[in-house]
Amino acid sequence: MLHTVSKSPFSHSALDECAKFATKGSPILLIEDGVLAAKPGTKYEEKLKAVIEKNSVYALLPDIKARGIGKLIDGVKPIGYDGFVELVEQHKVVSWV
Amino acid sequence: MKFAIQVLEGPYTHQASDSAYSFVKAALDKGHEIVRIFFYHDGVINVTDKADPPQDDRNIYNQWAELGKEKKIDIVACIAASKRRGIVDSNIVEGTRISGLGQLTDMAIEADRLVTFG
Amino acid sequence: MNEQETTEQNDENIKKIMFLMRKAPHGSIYSYEGLETVLIVAAYDQDVTMAFIGDGVFALVKDQDTDDIGIKGFIKTYPVLEQYEIEKVYVDRQSMTERGLTVDDFAIDVIVKDSDEIATLIEDQHAVISY
Repeated sequence: MLHTVSKSPFSHSALDECAKFATKGSPILLIEDGVLAAKPGTKYEEKLKAVIEKNSVYALLPDIKARGIGKLIDGVKPIGYDGFVELVEQHKVVSWV
Repeated sequence: MKFAIQVLEGPYTHQASDSAYSFVKAALDKGHEIVRIFFYHDGVINVTDKADPPQDDRNIYNQWAELGKEKKIDIVACIAASKRRGIVDSNIVEGTRISGLGQLTDMAIEADRLVTFG
Repeated sequence: MNEQETTEQNDENIKKIMFLMRKAPHGSIYSYEGLETVLIVAAYDQDVTMAFIGDGVFALVKDQDTDDIGIKGFIKTYPVLEQYEIEKVYVDRQSMTERGLTVDDFAIDVIVKDSDEIATLIEDQHAVISY
């Protein structure tokens, strides 16, 4: 499954829940406020690095740019909407809203 | 492939409508078929024709109307959720319609992929 | 068409659909409208699973009295799931215990599963609808 997460990890449990219920190797895509988890230097950084050990983590580039996030945590792959569609071609989707 | 899209939040208040719209356009560009876009919870507000958003920003309602009219995508607002929120047949943008949760069920069964925005 | 062919054809048409119930009741409508959806989908004879995770477990707590908040309660609707042949009603163990709940607190019988069991079930679904 592809897991999408659209909420900030600082105010919602969506990413924590997603990490708990995503099997090893399932890709996770951060969209909307979810991309905030990919910003380096936050209290969530270590948690996200642990998630990256278990799952591929992607972040939607338009949402990253919209929030003025420059560099991402190592291992997070930025993709566009075309990449989002490609991931959906390859996997069914669970949306953590 | 056949994609089904669910939108669970209202326009402007949440980014869900915008993300769904961008995803649908990207999917169409890649030649995929959108079986249906189904609005539930506050998502049904996306089809009202009573809104008058500022001119200097995107008009979410017109975006859905265009997808419905020009791309002939089936855009459906759940009737139960619509009644609860004052969305009625006589006041929805062209290219959209109001129908039952059976439409959600059908699209979940028929489509290869169901993507939810909320 | 002989009976075996009909059965195989019918099995292909039955899809696994999971509902992830993640939200507590009453503070928002997601739990209630989510249940409404499940009851409609139940009529379509698909292979339906409901998984209560996170705050979703609070939706099942018995003796909810919503009179004083002026909202129509829906805990009495849950027993109907059995009549609709929705038997795969799972609760995430960790979500339940983190919130100080046990199966005795619930209005209906549920099957308690660990998170990794639910994760595996999720992988198996044709569609996952989260509320």
